Amino acid sequence: MIPELGHFALILALVVALVQGVFPLVGAHRGYASWVALARPASRLQFLLLLVSFSCLTWSFLKSDFSVLYVAQNSNTRLPEIFKFSAVWGAHEGSLLLWALILSAWTAAVTLFGRSLSPLMMARVLGVLGLVATGFLAFLTFTSNPFERLVPAAAEGRDLNPLLQDIGLIMHPPMLYMGYVGFAIPFAFAIAAMLGGRLDAAWARWSRPWTQIAWVFLTLGIALGSWWAYYELGWGGWWFWDPVENASFMPWLAGTALMHSLAVTEKRGAFKAWTVLLAIFTFSLSLLGTFLVRSGVLTSVHAFASDPSRGLFILLFLAAVVGSSLALYAARASKVRSRVHFEPVSREAALLLNNVILVVTTVSILLGTLYPLIVDALGGGKISVGPPYFNAVFIPLTTPLVILLGAGTLARWKRDRFADIWAKVRLAFVASLVFGLAFPAVAMGGFSWRAALGMTLAFWVFFTTLKAVRDSARGRGIGGLSLSQWGMALGHLGVGVFIVGVTLTSIYSTEKDVRLEPGDTYELGGYLFHFKGTTHLKGPNYEGDRGEVVVTREGEVVATLYPEKRNYLSGMPMTEAGIDAGLTRDLFVALGEPLGDGAWAVRLYHKPFVRWIWLGALIMALGGVCSALDRRYRVLARRQREALAGGVA
Amino acid sequence: MKARHLVPLIVFTALALLFGYVLVKMNKGEYNPREIPTEFIGRKAPAVEIPWLYDRNQRVSSAKYAGKVWLINFWGTWCPECWKEHEFLLHLSRQGVPIFGVDWRDDDQEAIGFLRSKGDPFDQVGVDPRSDLAIEWGVYGAPETFLIDAEGVIREKHAGALTPEVWNTKFAPYFLGREAVP
Repeated sequence: MIPELGHFALILALVVALVQGVFPLVGAHRGYASWVALARPASRLQFLLLLVSFSCLTWSFLKSDFSVLYVAQNSNTRLPEIFKFSAVWGAHEGSLLLWALILSAWTAAVTLFGRSLSPLMMARVLGVLGLVATGFLAFLTFTSNPFERLVPAAAEGRDLNPLLQDIGLIMHPPMLYMGYVGFAIPFAFAIAAMLGGRLDAAWARWSRPWTQIAWVFLTLGIALGSWWAYYELGWGGWWFWDPVENASFMPWLAGTALMHSLAVTEKRGAFKAWTVLLAIFTFSLSLLGTFLVRSGVLTSVHAFASDPSRGLFILLFLAAVVGSSLALYAARASKVRSRVHFEPVSREAALLLNNVILVVTTVSILLGTLYPLIVDALGGGKISVGPPYFNAVFIPLTTPLVILLGAGTLARWKRDRFADIWAKVRLAFVASLVFGLAFPAVAMGGFSWRAALGMTLAFWVFFTTLKAVRDSARGRGIGGLSLSQWGMALGHLGVGVFIVGVTLTSIYSTEKDVRLEPGDTYELGGYLFHFKGTTHLKGPNYEGDRGEVVVTREGEVVATLYPEKRNYLSGMPMTEAGIDAGLTRDLFVALGEPLGDGAWAVRLYHKPFVRWIWLGALIMALGGVCSALDRRYRVLARRQREALAGGVA
Repeated sequence: MKARHLVPLIVFTALALLFGYVLVKMNKGEYNPREIPTEFIGRKAPAVEIPWLYDRNQRVSSAKYAGKVWLINFWGTWCPECWKEHEFLLHLSRQGVPIFGVDWRDDDQEAIGFLRSKGDPFDQVGVDPRSDLAIEWGVYGAPETFLIDAEGVIREKHAGALTPEVWNTKFAPYFLGREAVP
């Protein structure tokens, strides 16, 4: 009964989304006030229905109702409760339902926080979001129904993929979807602005906080995924340039470009058409990611159960959404005129260059991701494009971006001079060079040019950001900085922290695959690893072995690590690494294969500063939150509300 | 309308056409990105000798199939896809197709109960609790079925539930001219 209720709510939500997508848009075009007025209640009703639907699916999981096919395939009575809950989005159908729920939640949030939008603009925004939702809900209903019954019901379920039975994975997909789907909001604002024929600074001001929040979620989602891959897969890596990773990274890069170009459009009224294009581009990449992951056209570790007929549906949907928005763009962009001028040396120019570099980087990653597909489809055989390509492209492109970051944040709007900028950054430049060159030799105990370059860039970001903070605080004290200025500073500091992590981890990490018998010791990175042997392990839905490794440094015990090798009931072996985390280094032990007589193949890692990678992402995200909470968005909203109320009175 | 504003649309259209082309090829079965050519096709089948499901002290062996076409099927009661194909396996067995079942990483009592209640399609059925055999055969997931010809060479492999369509295109031809034609 409950699954049918959920299914029914899902179908109703599809109908409501269609109403939300069609009537307000037509009404806004023709001037039917009653049709325009449908937008808001329809959006909220759609959210409510999807909430009911999602709750029903969750209920089926918690009650282990194996008469529902999706539940039988992804859950098991022996699965711990928390994973029964997260199993709801553990595979294609449920995660798509979560995606639709999140989209409707974002839409409902627009109806709440966007009260000062003009009714026409609101109707268009909600209408566009309604059409996007219609596509996803139709996809769910017609090709991926999570409520399909299994007759006869199964006695026991198959179990959730053991890879997904982890705390990091409970949060990773929802965060990512919040990010992906969040970019639908600036997209809808851009389309609505084009439909209304008013591409001015106002739409940029409206989209900016939404874009920032979506970006924060995406940042956290990607960081969580990377962190999870690091400790769960037992590979010790944190990024693999896997097609599905790239699928989340591309919207992130484009979204980063969008945040920066929105700043220019809002403050200076420049880049209007470009910003609209970026908003379309960012959301298209989110949709493209969905297509690549779920159609099965690319092979990846993130193997969703794929089905080419689903792929065709998403492709048609993608073509409809992106094709029509780009056609609209082609028709409207020529009429947009930016009457704003700026010199080649100015904050605008720096941000323009930032956008160019970010977009070129995005396109290079897109090319690398799709290249195997193109070659294979044209009969060129199976090839794989891996880290060598991506690193060779990514690092040379982002190095100038980081240099630009330091100079750009200190440049004036409209017009500046090289000499003036140089005067501001001189000290930071010299200091970062000195610290950058000295750091590898002094702190890491071994000089390397690559490390020196990375650290110089990181110090450059730190020092120029501090300088920018000091300059803005001049005369009003550090407390006088606006949240938006804090946001920028934190965002950039996060980039610096991230660079430190990446540089030092990739250059100074040491790893060793060794055969250890109980009682053996091995020295790595100044630490002694004592292997005490393994004991048998029995969990709720797995069995396995658990090793004990005592790590000492100069005779003192630093940590005792318990790496595990688990065999899940579903037949899948899993490695749980034993990790001692620290701000300056991680010690990492993973069990390989048993070699007989109590001996094991053991993988040992010493990873300096690896935590800084995720710490950097966290700081960046914090910066995004600060910016989105800036006073001026709230003041603006209030002022417009008052103006509106005044106008009526 | 200026030409340069059409550029994004044109690039996107080209990309969408490429995806469409790939998907159509995938739907026709001409292209499968996940199909990693298995090394096992055309190789001599490894000899199988594993404990019998109903009594682990006895063993079942593939030796009795010498000179015959036979199937080996990896399954488990934990695998819903296996329940799906069960009916079809029963049908095949009634037609006289010898199927060697390998109960993979399973609870013996549950497996016996399963076969008692739903019928036993297997000519003989053994257990592989530690994946030794599955690894030897390069099994990717359950269910997976291999066809071995009269010379003892692996000729076909199917990952996923067996269906009449799969059977007719991939497996049935090997039984033509013999008595076991379902």
